[in-house]
Amino acid sequence: MGGIIQRWLGVLLPLLLALAATMVVFGAFLAVQGVDPIQAYGIIWLGGFGTWFSWQDSLVRAAPLLLTGLCVALPAQMGLMIIGGEGAFVLGALGAVAAGLALASSGLPDVVVDIAMGIAGICAGGALIAFCGILRFKRGVNETISSLLLAYISIAFMNQIIAGPMRDPASLNRPATRTLPDNLMLGDIPGTTIHVGLIFGLVCCVAAYICVYFTKFGFAARVVGGNARAGRVVGLPVERMIVAFCFAAGGAAGLGGMVEVAAVQGAVSSDIATGAGYTGILVAFLARMNPLAIIPVAVLLGGLDAAGGLLQQRLNLPDATMLVFRGVLFVMLLASEAFQGRLTRYLVPRRRLAEVV
Amino acid sequence: MTNFAPSRRSVLLGAAATAATAALPGRGAQAAASMTVGFIYVGSRDDYGYNQSHAEGAAVVRKMPGVSVVEQERVPETVACANAMEGMIHLDGATLLFPTSYGYFNPYMLKAAKTNPGVTFMHCGGLWAKGDPLNAHSYFGYIDEAVYVSGIVAGHMTKTKKFGFVAAKPIPQVLRNINAFILGAQTVDPSITMQVIFTGDWFMPVREAEVTNTLADQGADVITCHVDSPKVVIETAEKRGLYTCGYHADQAPLAPKGYLTGAEWNWTYLYPKWITAMMAGGTMPNYIRGGFKEGFVKSSPYGAMVPAAARAQADAARAGFMTGDFAIFKGPIKDNKGNTVIPAGTVMGEHDPVLEGMGYMVAGVSGSAT
Repeated sequence: MGGIIQRWLGVLLPLLLALAATMVVFGAFLAVQGVDPIQAYGIIWLGGFGTWFSWQDSLVRAAPLLLTGLCVALPAQMGLMIIGGEGAFVLGALGAVAAGLALASSGLPDVVVDIAMGIAGICAGGALIAFCGILRFKRGVNETISSLLLAYISIAFMNQIIAGPMRDPASLNRPATRTLPDNLMLGDIPGTTIHVGLIFGLVCCVAAYICVYFTKFGFAARVVGGNARAGRVVGLPVERMIVAFCFAAGGAAGLGGMVEVAAVQGAVSSDIATGAGYTGILVAFLARMNPLAIIPVAVLLGGLDAAGGLLQQRLNLPDATMLVFRGVLFVMLLASEAFQGRLTRYLVPRRRLAEVV
Repeated sequence: MTNFAPSRRSVLLGAAATAATAALPGRGAQAAASMTVGFIYVGSRDDYGYNQSHAEGAAVVRKMPGVSVVEQERVPETVACANAMEGMIHLDGATLLFPTSYGYFNPYMLKAAKTNPGVTFMHCGGLWAKGDPLNAHSYFGYIDEAVYVSGIVAGHMTKTKKFGFVAAKPIPQVLRNINAFILGAQTVDPSITMQVIFTGDWFMPVREAEVTNTLADQGADVITCHVDSPKVVIETAEKRGLYTCGYHADQAPLAPKGYLTGAEWNWTYLYPKWITAMMAGGTMPNYIRGGFKEGFVKSSPYGAMVPAAARAQADAARAGFMTGDFAIFKGPIKDNKGNTVIPAGTVMGEHDPVLEGMGYMVAGVSGSAT
């Protein structure tokens, strides 16, 4: 019993310390500008998590981050660093809207069309990241670089498509595809203003967690991530596993793009590149590549994002204030990793620690 | 002037309606002693451009008695904008919102207008159409009038007879300004030409600087632009010793040597006027448009280097817009591929909806719109 408390303390204490340090540093930053830090923290809390309205706001913002976070965390299990989730997100949205528009008047039930849109999104995003994986083991191309560059190419491709072949002739001053009919739009979770994309994200995170930590396949992946050569020696199909994981990762981001277009924007315009793919990198790193930990981290980031608006409205602070807060928080969190599991050593005398453990 | 459910085609009433905003009683009219107004910007409030022009309007509104203002900047055209609007309504009690970026309109603002019938939405740039919620309004100005005036001044100042135009995207709003600028200049000297370069997006400071330098290297001696934040373009041109015409807001402080004049939004005049009218119980039309005459746009004060002849011709053009009997787009006008786009004898007034779909660049402009 004591051992569990000890272990949790070891994990939580550094987090709490990081939070406290952030509050102090950012508070000083605010005070220098003549803003009352206590009031500002009150507003951040209110805007992010203080009311049911704020919670909904935060969760809506967290939804795409769950999926784009996975796009980084899954390949990381195999030691691959994919940072091009934005590309998969955009292609996923484009694929989904193409499928939706093509099937809109086919007479198929809405659910079937929505599923087809989801599959199209997953395949489009998955193919992009899987391509990075293939480039990696076939040609030795660094996947970090290739995925980032492919993200730029994907966004340019999307811009080309929406200004050309798929352009809605009515979208004069803002090139966009035609808008999905209302009956194909994903609805909200009943009783809330949160779209069902949040559920997709939660399910994917939990599924990824189970796959990585509780299946043979996930175990094999982590073996490869630890030492690819060892994996090969024991007869693991390393190449195929890389492709599978990369496809799943890109598929997650692609599904995020599908949700963005089918639950929020309704059509693809250049605004479909929301930056969720890049924020997902941050999410995954803060979650230390653990799919389950992505959930609280994404909600925290969504909340900070939501709070930023209120901070501007109430205190008339510039938008960048929230970036400063986020930046300080991340530096502190990363620094706190150095203390993971070590602080208890100083809190408890060695002898007793030995007894407890 | 009595029918306030305009279709896209009946835009003519827009201008007249604007002038009469204060006097219209009607649906949902309610006199309020105090109100909270929310402004949402897509970029930074001090961008020396589009967003600053709105923020300056908001700053004037803030000083009005009985009005409190909440603002949020750098809100992308995503769900973040929907959440910003809902936040202002539910957490700050705003009853009047100004989401000022084009992409906020559909779907975010239209959706918010449906779920918040008690809130008035004033959108800058959108096209309100019949069937859209009645508490949603869209307004925009014919800033090409002011761009045309700038073009006249530039036409007087150029020695190389070559202009450079830094543009964001080849969309009708931008093309219309490009054409207005060169048409204004060509009234001074028909041999003037202009090179346009598109950067591809609204805010690309690095590209904009590169493009400005390229245009300077090609021999352009007057530079203007249509991007969200003209700061970089104007500063770069000033460094190269070129003349500049501003856009969106007054950039004179950035270029004391080369700033001729500029086309500016006049929100500092319109916003307080509209809000005063609404607080007195008046209602706004849903589709609002206007130019110089209706107070939507203005020109920056002339730089000291602008000679009297240029000022006189520019002032005369402005006077023509003020009376409303002057049109920029009157035939014959050919595009830069040689096709006649407006035949001789056709005059397209600023309110003509055909102009809102402009897809060409006129003769004398080099660069491709596709």
